[in-house]
Amino acid sequence: MFESIVAILIVVGATFTLIGSIGLYKLPNFYMRLHGPTKASTLGVGSILIASAVYFSFNTDAVSTHEILITAFLFITAPVSAHLMAKAALHIKIKDNDSTN
Amino acid sequence: MLNRMFPHPILTIVLLIVWLFLNNTIAAGHVVLGLILAILIPWLTSAYWPEHNCVKKPFTLFKFLLIVVWDIIIANLKVAVLILGKSNNLKPGFITIELDVKTPLGISVLANVISLTPGTVSCDLSMDRQFLLIHALHIDDAQQIIDEIKQRYEKPIIEVFTAC
Repeated sequence: MFESIVAILIVVGATFTLIGSIGLYKLPNFYMRLHGPTKASTLGVGSILIASAVYFSFNTDAVSTHEILITAFLFITAPVSAHLMAKAALHIKIKDNDSTN
Repeated sequence: MLNRMFPHPILTIVLLIVWLFLNNTIAAGHVVLGLILAILIPWLTSAYWPEHNCVKKPFTLFKFLLIVVWDIIIANLKVAVLILGKSNNLKPGFITIELDVKTPLGISVLANVISLTPGTVSCDLSMDRQFLLIHALHIDDAQQIIDEIKQRYEKPIIEVFTAC
């Protein structure tokens, strides 16, 4: 039973990570490409980490809490790196309608 | 006296929880070691973090976190559809939001939440902390996005994170 939950979570996570990567590949300019990875790291990595927490909590004696910490750290740091990249792009004046950057 | 020993009581609690989660145990030895670290670290770093923050209305904070998690899931699906669709149909652009929240902690929480909910990334904060520049992947109605951010995220943040 719990194995199917783990399987579904991993597939969902992998799908969203893939969609994030596709976005990184096909979106036309820098600012739009920023959206791809910030999204992939929320729901995509989030569901894979939940799957890991569920799997190791049921398969070992102890409840696995590391994944909760990883999620928390990721959710704090991912927006900061996106913010820094956007700020740097604004600073060197990358145009948001330019599709060559 | 108590204030000087515990400059950031919330940080102390969070550090203790993080330590116990990292070690995956609640053994007495780790609780003591965690407590020592949780008291020492805020004390040593208090010079870098002079302002004091209070979290009021924990229930509102909890409700706010649930809303954010729910929005992350819904908005992820929306952005997935946007990314997989034709990128010519997208209308990206910048939006400026006038901030009502004044505390530095409140602003950074708001900026983080804006970046975490897909479709919008917070890009820059004006020097006087009055305006936040965000980039949206697809804008149908700029005013609607602003209203949603103000109503859903900024209002609870103002209530919860107040200076003290």
